[in-house]
Amino acid sequence: MIDMTVVELSRWQFAATAMYHFIFVPLTLGLSFMMAIMESTYVMTGRDIWRKATLFWGTLFGVNFAMGVATGVVMEFQFGMNWSYYSHYVGDVFGAPLAIEGLMAFFLEATFIGLFFFGWDRLSKVGHLAVTWLVALGANLSALWILVANGWMQNPVGSKFNPDTMRMEVTDFVAVIFNPVAQAKFVHTVSAGYVLGAVFIFSISALFLLQGRHIELAKRSMVVAASFGLASALSVVVLGDESGYVATEHQQMKIAAMEAMYHTEPAPAALTLFAIPSDVPGEPAFQVQLPWVLGLITTRSLDRDLPGITELTEHAATRIQSGLVAYKALQEIRADASNTAARAVFDESWADLGYALLLKKYREDVENATGEEIAMAALDTVPDVWPLFWSFRLMVGIGFFFIAYFGVWFYRASRGWLDTNRPMLWIAVATLPLPWVAIELGWIIAEYGRQPWVVEGVLPTFYAASGLQFWDLVISLTFFVALYTALLVIMVMLMVKIIKAGPKDHLFAATDEHEDADFVVAPQPATPAMKDVRS
Amino acid sequence: MSSIPLDYETLRLIWWALLGILLIGFAVMGGRDLGVGALLPFVARTDAERRVLINVVGPTWEGNQVWLVLGGGAIFAAFPPLYAVSFSGFYLAMIVILLALILRPVGFKFRGKVTDPRWRSTWDWALFIGGFVPSLIFGVAVGNVLLGAPFYLDDTLRTFYSGNFFQLLMPFALLSGLVSLGMIVLQGAAVIAGRTSGILADRARTYGTWAGLATTVLFALGGLWVAFGMDGYVITSVVDTNGAINPLGKTVELVPGGWVSNYALYPWMIIAPVLGFLGLVGGVLGLQARLHLPTLLASSLAIFGIIATAGLSLFPFLLPSSVVPDSSLTLWDASSSHLTLFIMLLATLIFLPLVVVYTAWVFRVMRGTVTTQSLEKNPNAY
Repeated sequence: MIDMTVVELSRWQFAATAMYHFIFVPLTLGLSFMMAIMESTYVMTGRDIWRKATLFWGTLFGVNFAMGVATGVVMEFQFGMNWSYYSHYVGDVFGAPLAIEGLMAFFLEATFIGLFFFGWDRLSKVGHLAVTWLVALGANLSALWILVANGWMQNPVGSKFNPDTMRMEVTDFVAVIFNPVAQAKFVHTVSAGYVLGAVFIFSISALFLLQGRHIELAKRSMVVAASFGLASALSVVVLGDESGYVATEHQQMKIAAMEAMYHTEPAPAALTLFAIPSDVPGEPAFQVQLPWVLGLITTRSLDRDLPGITELTEHAATRIQSGLVAYKALQEIRADASNTAARAVFDESWADLGYALLLKKYREDVENATGEEIAMAALDTVPDVWPLFWSFRLMVGIGFFFIAYFGVWFYRASRGWLDTNRPMLWIAVATLPLPWVAIELGWIIAEYGRQPWVVEGVLPTFYAASGLQFWDLVISLTFFVALYTALLVIMVMLMVKIIKAGPKDHLFAATDEHEDADFVVAPQPATPAMKDVRS
Repeated sequence: MSSIPLDYETLRLIWWALLGILLIGFAVMGGRDLGVGALLPFVARTDAERRVLINVVGPTWEGNQVWLVLGGGAIFAAFPPLYAVSFSGFYLAMIVILLALILRPVGFKFRGKVTDPRWRSTWDWALFIGGFVPSLIFGVAVGNVLLGAPFYLDDTLRTFYSGNFFQLLMPFALLSGLVSLGMIVLQGAAVIAGRTSGILADRARTYGTWAGLATTVLFALGGLWVAFGMDGYVITSVVDTNGAINPLGKTVELVPGGWVSNYALYPWMIIAPVLGFLGLVGGVLGLQARLHLPTLLASSLAIFGIIATAGLSLFPFLLPSSVVPDSSLTLWDASSSHLTLFIMLLATLIFLPLVVVYTAWVFRVMRGTVTTQSLEKNPNAY
């Protein structure tokens, strides 16, 4: 039998290393893009303050990028190390986008990042600008391929189980790439990274204004951040809705859990704004609902029902039964590869094979499973409702907050009111951690909400782990968490030091702070800086 | 899959060769930075000297490390069972490598940001560990591949592993580790000697020469050991090289000198160890003659020859099993599906040449000798 303690520790390790990695990656996504915008403005206007801004944010970007690289290699290797049966079972499909990510995206980003820092005096202005854009392009393409891989775990299209090789194999790679879940996730995730980058630049600039330092650089950075942040915040929410929509076709259970929706909602389903758990399992004590909204978001219609957890669990039980048919046929094929009758049965029922594997938690010989075990396995398909319910609400709340936040700041920037209200600036400084909270919650919803599956409907998480020993995991988890935490603390200290030193370090002092005194934020939206941003 | 223009057997052979090329690519490119890291405390003794060394590789090391990321990705995509068995089987060794590799990006980036000597010395150690440890352990891992790993597969192709970390440290594996470390130190020395001047280049020549000579002796010793001192694995049943993967469908035996049988079967393979020796000797002579590019090319050739020797000796094995030899993984029974291999080949044919072109351009832009003076000019130097 599988050692469930090892499985639990493997899950903790993957979650911890992924969530650490995802502190840095979204900032890389957002900052690289905004640095490219600022440097474009520099090249087009020739104003040195934009070069100075690019260099200053670039310094912080570099420190963050190093952490992203440090935590990133671990991610790729961990699939094989901790999830070896997963690697065998789905590597034929899942490995390809990961490898293409390295080939097409990470190579581009990592090769040019050195030139970004070391190439200022070795390249022409336009040459260096091209390098900066290539770094941003590489970072974003990297996210695309990673999310193609991750999207397949949520919605395993374009592949089929091969009984001769005991694994999932690609049948249609184009379907894997254009997986609607992957595409929606990509836009949602990179937009979230852009919001984070914008908040990062905006908060630190607001601090500069409060301290009365580097005012020109701060104001210009805030104009870029407010416009870019507003567009990105709208995109996160609108295209987050797109993820909600596509998820329903494949992951109704996740939606039902996120909504704490225990019973099928007659169309059009109401959106639960707020609920209090009760002692009766599955029945909230109190809830506030918005009629019709959930039905509209998830089915794009007013007449399709949204299934609840209870109904989905019953459905899972029937899929387990069907999966057992596939499982028995698979055993027969493994015993005698020429058994065409068994192959015909398997071809009919293979899509439910993963459901039979859920029973491996209860017994090795799953073909002899009792009705009670099948019922327990069906219940296992329900993810933990309340963590998902609240994570989702908090994330969405923060998302809407940022639309309002950047909307207000965009307006204030256009009126020339960036530094007129100190409490507002303090709020901007205090906002800094919020996007990270939303982003990490987003991962919890996506990955924790996928449980008990590592690949939706195909492979249960517990069945995918390596057969490691308890102490292997204790050692690796301890060292990773200790080293990552130490490095994170050091990184934050370094960033604080860089921010305190500010961009006026002699290293950046090609020009004086006030050289661009002709820059006045006019009371119309069309300030010079914003024209630059748009062009 | 009649629509795929290359047959399965050919694709498997191509991917086996590509895997070798990617791993050699990492050892040659990433070996520059690992080697410089391993030499850092010895060649550079003052802070100013260390800064020079770090900035020799600083602008390009990140791109070089992607060869490792890609190598890992290619094993996952092209040989999933190999990825599954080796990464989980060598778990604690992989953890040690990863912890050491984690120290590198932060070492490069954080070191120069604070002037306190203790801070700098801490990151110097981090960079040294980040260079020394992976260079050694990767070699130890290859040695263990030649020895066979204690794993077997059940009928569902799940891996069971019965070894532990300390069993990896067999004398032959340690010898492989030293060969790997030596060739990477030679590579690092060739880089330093070519890109610095004065005392740094002189010290690099001295260390590089000793590393090159030691590696020559150890590589020869390893060859004798493999030929006369240990058993190798051979397949004793007929294998369908075009069929679906089936790692349990063959018989394998352990025979004395098994790892040199390929050289009798395919005499051209002898070119790999010959190139290894020529590269090592050429690297040493190049260092002594104060030649830059030829030294680097020779030491890269040494890396190519040494890794190719290991790969060709193992052929067609990727990872033999010491406890249930029939479970051994070969390129015929541990590959991806026909379609995946073909798609990955297309992606590689499109993108790998691009990578080579832009990497060459970046190296060209960053060419030239690094000195203490040249660092003063660049505010972004490490």
